[in-house]
Parts: sequence; C-alpha cells; structure tokens
Amino acid sequence: MTSTSKAAAIVGVAESDEIGLVPHKSALAHHAEAAHNALEDAGLTRNDVDGLLTAGYVNYDLADYLGLAPRYTDTTTVGGASFVIHVGHAVNAIANGLCEVALITHGQAGRSSRVPIPRDPNLPSAMYEMPYGMIGMPINYSMAATRYMHQYGEDRTRQAMAEIAVSTRKWAQLNPKAMMRDPMSFDDYHNSRWIAWPFHLLDCCLVTDAGAAIVVTTPERARSLPKPPVWVLGHAEHHDHAGITTMPDLTSTPARVTGPAALGMAGVTHGDIDLTMIYDSFTYTVLVTLESLGYCGPGEGPDFVAGQRTAPGGDFPLNTSGGGLSYTHPGMYGIFPVVEAVRQLRGECGERQAPDVSLALVNGTGGALSATGTIVLGVD
Amino acid sequence: MTTEAYRGPLPVKQPESDFYWEKAHEHELWLRRCNACEHAYFYPRDFCPDCGARDVSWIRASGKGTLHTFAIVHRAPVPAFSDRVPFVVAMVDLEEGGRIPTNLVDVEPDPAQIHIGMAVEVAFLDLTDEISLPVFRPA
Repeated sequence: MTSTSKAAAIVGVAESDEIGLVPHKSALAHHAEAAHNALEDAGLTRNDVDGLLTAGYVNYDLADYLGLAPRYTDTTTVGGASFVIHVGHAVNAIANGLCEVALITHGQAGRSSRVPIPRDPNLPSAMYEMPYGMIGMPINYSMAATRYMHQYGEDRTRQAMAEIAVSTRKWAQLNPKAMMRDPMSFDDYHNSRWIAWPFHLLDCCLVTDAGAAIVVTTPERARSLPKPPVWVLGHAEHHDHAGITTMPDLTSTPARVTGPAALGMAGVTHGDIDLTMIYDSFTYTVLVTLESLGYCGPGEGPDFVAGQRTAPGGDFPLNTSGGGLSYTHPGMYGIFPVVEAVRQLRGECGERQAPDVSLALVNGTGGALSATGTIVLGVD
Repeated sequence: MTTEAYRGPLPVKQPESDFYWEKAHEHELWLRRCNACEHAYFYPRDFCPDCGARDVSWIRASGKGTLHTFAIVHRAPVPAFSDRVPFVVAMVDLEEGGRIPTNLVDVEPDPAQIHIGMAVEVAFLDLTDEISLPVFRPA
C-alpha cells in the first residue's frame, strides 16, 4: 500500500456557536452548528459534503438531522480518540476516491443533557467494574496514576501533575472561548478538594456543552480554497483494552504505537514538532502520554514538564487552547485539539499564538486510556 | 459480610459468567485457566485471551493476592455511593494469575495506610439474595 501522507488536507475547522454552559442547545444542535461553521471556514457548503464521520451517534441518525446523504460513512467509536482517528480515515477514504469532501462532526451536551448516557451494563468492563463504584473516568484514571506514582515517585509525579494543571490554565487565560480563565497558582492546585485520590479537582477536566467539526478534502480542492491547506502528514490508531482493569500496563498508553507510527509516516521526529496537543482528560493523561508518544522515556515525564516549559513563553507549547482541563470538555474532547492545531498552523490564534508553528502533533485518547489516535499536521 | 440496602449497580450476568457469580454467591472465587498455555485470566470467557485456545477450565482461586494499584474515591460517582465515600477501589493480582477489579475493605481510606504490593485476601460482600461481590482486605 502506498503512503497516505499528504494525500488530503484539513481545510475547515470550527466549534459550535456557543461552548461551555449551553443548556438551551441539544447535542445534535452542536453537531449542526459546528458543521455549518467549519464548512464556512473552509469556503464550502453542505452540498459539497459526500463523506460523514462521527462518534457518539449512529451515522444515519446524525445524517438525518443534518440533512445529509453521504456516500462514505464511518462511525468508528473509541471514545475521545475517535475524532483524531476519523481524520486518518477521512484521508484514506479521499485517497481511495470514496469521497471528496469529508465532514467530521462532534457534539455533546455533556453538562446539560436531559438524560445521562449510560455505559452498556452487558459489557464485561461494566459488569466487573461498576459494582465496585468504578464508574466514570476520574476513578479509572486515578488508579493508573497511583501505579505511576508507585513506580516513579509520588512527590515528583505530584509536582508534574501540578505543573500541567497550572501551565494549561495559563494558556486558557489567553483563549476567549475557554471556560476557566481565572489564574491558578500551585497552591490553588494543591488545595483543591479530592475527587479520587490521587486526583484533586484541578487534575480533572471540565464537563461542558460543546461541538466541533473538521472538513477534509483532496489536495487539488484544498489548494483552490481561500485558506492554506493543513496537510495530514501522518496518522495512526491503536487500542489494547477497554476497562481500566484490563489495561496491560497502567503507565503506558497505546500512544507508544501511534506516536512513532504517525511520526514515521510523516517522516519527521519529535524534535521537529513545533506544537503538541494532547487530550488532557486528566493531568496524568498528559504525563503518561508524553512518555508513550516518545517525547521522553518512561518515568522521565516529570523532568520533561518541569519549570513551566509547557506554558506560554516556554520552549514546549502544549495544549495552547487551554485543553480539556480549562478550555472545554464535553465528554469526547478529541476533536478540539485538532481544531486548535489547525488554527495554530494557520497563525490564527492571536494572543495565544505559539511561535513558528509549521508542524503539529495531535494525540487523542479514548475510554480508560484504551484507545489513541495520533496525527501529524503541517503547512507548506 | 453483609451490606444494608445496597443501591449501587448490580452486575448484569452473562452466560459465560453465570458460573463465576454462582460461586461468588457461595463465597468462593473461581477463575478461568487455559489448558494450552496454562494462563489464568480474568474476566471469564470461554477461550484464552492470551493464546486464543478454546480448551479452558475453571479453577478455584486461593483468594490470595497482592495489591496492584488503588484509588480513594471522595466524590461519589453516582448517588448510590454517596453514603459510602470515602472508599477504596483497587486492582489485585491473584496468586494464580489474573488481575481483578475490587474494593479494598477493612482498611483506613488513607494513602499512608495502603501500599501497592501489600498482601490481600478475598472476602465476600452479600449485595442481594443472589449477588455476592468479591472484595479484598489486608491479609
């Protein structure tokens, strides 16, 4: 098979009209608004769309609501990693002529939904975990973080988690769309209440209402549109467990496969990357993902993030939107770091623009550290 | 051990797990073990997730193991757990092999009192007339 590096480009990205606390909008309304806004950003219309990719809905339900009838359809659903993986699937579909304009949409009323979305109790990961109170991601991820602390030191792990929470808030303060823009000190972090030890409240992502969408198309079509194409240079996907209690190693995510694979397809190395976007469901997710992606070795993450080098002005820009921790997190956040990476590559980020961004890496994580998708994006 | 008026989610038994829950109800912990690669595994299914063999047995576990990891839940994930916080969720590596989700009981919910690697043993919590849940306590 020939490489699909640079076989398609992202040409449009957007959030839904309002994100944060939006009780007057349904999840599907977030999908529709984001789709409209991303197509507008691309300079395309609904009539151009012939591929539809989403997670969280069966595709015909979403397509029905949007009034679309796609000839390529993909409902790969592996939690928040799905939308990053969809970018790769859209590239594959376009490279094979299965569609020309692929629309990836997301929408969740994570905070305001009138009915909670249950986890299927028929699944083994639910049957054997939920009766113990292992319900919801803070509890699952916290057990992984405890194991990391045991292997690599509690104090330095705690310091790393604090560094990530504080630096991410600094980026959010520069993003008008971020929900949490008040300053956060290290003391604020350490004094915040326990959710599930070892996680403080400020180790945990937000719960918001939001949607986002991405438009992917052929190189030819991309070059004809008003904004510069953002090339998908590399993409990879992997999952190796479902519930947290069947995770092979609580200190290593599937990004150990997708990071090197995506970088390899792009023909670049870690040192070439100007901006890194990592799905930050929890501070620990960032710590363990940096290591799994290969930016540093196992147990070296605390040294890697020390001294606020991931904050504005630091030499390793990370999660410049303010992330799931401080910007927005409606449930399956993975599409939002792609949106931010595209905007950074286009130089559209105003006050929070990172310097000289021509290569970006995005990693989405889904489930209980179960699945990852990694993409490498670049501009000419 | 009994618990008064358990309100949390109950396991939805599946055909391949009926035996596991029947034995748990008798306060015995049983595991699947592969006859081909001799790997004991959790959770029960009728083939080996390691080597793929379909020749697998049930074995009774000793109930002894070591603590693989834990967390202390302070914010109840659903209202049914609000009268139980703080409580300890954990994973235990069983003597025979296999890692099992559980609660650590009979211990202070304090990270200074709980140590990864500590020896633990099974106990059973009778949730209903049909369902007993394997939990672990310091051995």
